[in-house]
Amino acid sequence: MSETTFLDIKPRQPWKATPKDRAITFSVLLLALALAGAAVKLTGLSGKLGFALSFLVFSTVLQIFVSVRKFGRKALGDSIATSLIYTGATLTFLPVGSILFITIKNGVAGLRWNLFTTDMFNASFLDPIGNGGLLHALVGTVMLIVIAMIISVPMGIMTALYLTEIRGKGSTLIQFVVQAMSGVPSVVAGLFIFTSVILLTPLKASTTAGALALTVLMIPTVTRTAQEVLLLVPADLREAGLAMGATQWKTVATIVVPAARNGLITATILGVARIAGETAPLIFTIGGADKLNLNPFKDYQSAMPFYVWKGLTLGTPESIQRSWTAILILLILVLSLFIAARTLGGRRFK
Amino acid sequence: MSTTLEAGQIPAPRELTTKHRRSDTIFRGVVTGFGMTALLILTLIGLFLSFRGIQTLHTQGFGFLTRSNWDVVQGDSGATYNLGVGAMLFGTVLISIVALVIGVPLSVALALFLTFYAPARVKTFLVSVVDLMAAFPSVLFGLWGFFVLMPLATYWAKIIFKYLNWIPLFDAPQYFFERSPFIAGLVLAIMIIPIVTSVAREVFAQTPLDRIQAAYALGATKWGVIKTVVFPFGSSGLIGGAMLGLGRAFGETVAVYSVLNIVFKVNFHVLYGSGGNVASMIIQKWGESTADETTALLAAGFILFLLTLLVNLGANFIVRNTLKSGK
Repeated sequence: MSETTFLDIKPRQPWKATPKDRAITFSVLLLALALAGAAVKLTGLSGKLGFALSFLVFSTVLQIFVSVRKFGRKALGDSIATSLIYTGATLTFLPVGSILFITIKNGVAGLRWNLFTTDMFNASFLDPIGNGGLLHALVGTVMLIVIAMIISVPMGIMTALYLTEIRGKGSTLIQFVVQAMSGVPSVVAGLFIFTSVILLTPLKASTTAGALALTVLMIPTVTRTAQEVLLLVPADLREAGLAMGATQWKTVATIVVPAARNGLITATILGVARIAGETAPLIFTIGGADKLNLNPFKDYQSAMPFYVWKGLTLGTPESIQRSWTAILILLILVLSLFIAARTLGGRRFK
Repeated sequence: MSTTLEAGQIPAPRELTTKHRRSDTIFRGVVTGFGMTALLILTLIGLFLSFRGIQTLHTQGFGFLTRSNWDVVQGDSGATYNLGVGAMLFGTVLISIVALVIGVPLSVALALFLTFYAPARVKTFLVSVVDLMAAFPSVLFGLWGFFVLMPLATYWAKIIFKYLNWIPLFDAPQYFFERSPFIAGLVLAIMIIPIVTSVAREVFAQTPLDRIQAAYALGATKWGVIKTVVFPFGSSGLIGGAMLGLGRAFGETVAVYSVLNIVFKVNFHVLYGSGGNVASMIIQKWGESTADETTALLAAGFILFLLTLLVNLGANFIVRNTLKSGK
């Protein structure tokens, strides 16, 4: 025997697609495209829907035919399921693509500098988009988010600490309550603040009332994310702290929370992303102003989602253009929050 | 510490105690207090809204739940009210079922794809996209649903009507297919995909690896493994995930309002442009409502709260049990 044998043997990977397999898959897709095109041209099927449907049917049938020839009859169910699963997965991403594309396309058309410098006090929604702007809505959203954060971040993180560090008798109950709270419809949160705060206290429809409604929605998001992050902090760290003679308070404040810092920031950001686009609770609680209002406790306030909503319900071409542009700005805000949360959350404990 | 010991002296043993120091007692007290706020808020929501609910039951009777009209009659001695949310409740359930029928199979397919088919890199990216979808503002779904999806979906509805109108469900009393429960259900289906997918993914990921490998070793195809191991193991978790989606669908407001023609009449023809939805009805009636109507709307909100609470608690219970059994 020669001495080269060991080096020449490569592990066989029969499950991997060979170039021939790839070529077959590719030609099947091409053939399906051609057949679908022919079907649309020659038969009663018409339009994009007809093309998509016939492409789906042809590609599935051809793919099944190929795999049955290769693997025998047992592959039938498998290949049907595979193509259905791929189709389903593709179908779910179509709306996301469509939403992003349409929002950018329609939103960019209305972008003007004056949007960021003026409010709607001297303009009407029915005016061309050159008149007035959404400064008041942008400021309103920022104020709502800041107030909601001031209330719900400490509450959310404390609740998470209760669930992970104290683990008292009520833990199971609170866990259930937090989960139930995350399912509270946003419209109910708005109605609750209306019937409790606005009707019964001197605080009328205002920024703070709106922020309180958003708090109801934000607390469960912050709590659940913070809880997940705190559970990731290794128990060794806690035990080490206690073994050094630190009290539980010292351990939590100087070891556990700093160790989970990035994760807790992520929890906050996700909470903000959850409420930034909420419309329904604001309809009952902020009144809806057209003028810049910097007082958080008095007078009506506006917000980005509310502005979009108003444009949509008025329904003229100008007001709808306003809606698209405002939702584009809101979407960019939510997207950047989301990306920030991802980058921070990506660096977890090793 | 600078205490020095004499030679041969044995240090006195430290007193061991399980009692918390004062700083810990305060810490635990404060954190427990905050922990209870969630319970407090949920209780307050229930109390305040149930108060309005009882008021409405008092003036409208139990017919409030079953009647399907919303009439305000101006008489000599003030207005008389004849209010009911029967049609709205029926519509809410109908739309949510449409959403589940369309959304759940898609979510399961997506979750299977992400768990068993997608390459690792693609998977990370696609999971982010699905999570992002959950963060889209609901008013965006409303805007997109109205201007982009509705023209398409109306066309699909006409096709379904043309070929399947012998099934009562797909029949329509008039040739009017815009703003129908079908279209609202489609929008909701897209909106519940992220939550159902993420629960399904969690459940699938809990499938015991040894059983999967055993099935492969016996020569099963991938679909064989999914059918015989993954589905039987995760079926109750999937039901829980679908129920979580149902809870979301019940409470969705703005998006449904944009694409649904709200009519106070029970209509089970899903393709016909007339439907009901409790949450959307509340914001529709809100601006122009009198004090008595407002109370009734708050009562409708209470019904919605109870409905979603029940569905969510049930769903969480089921999902939790499934995830536990995997460990």
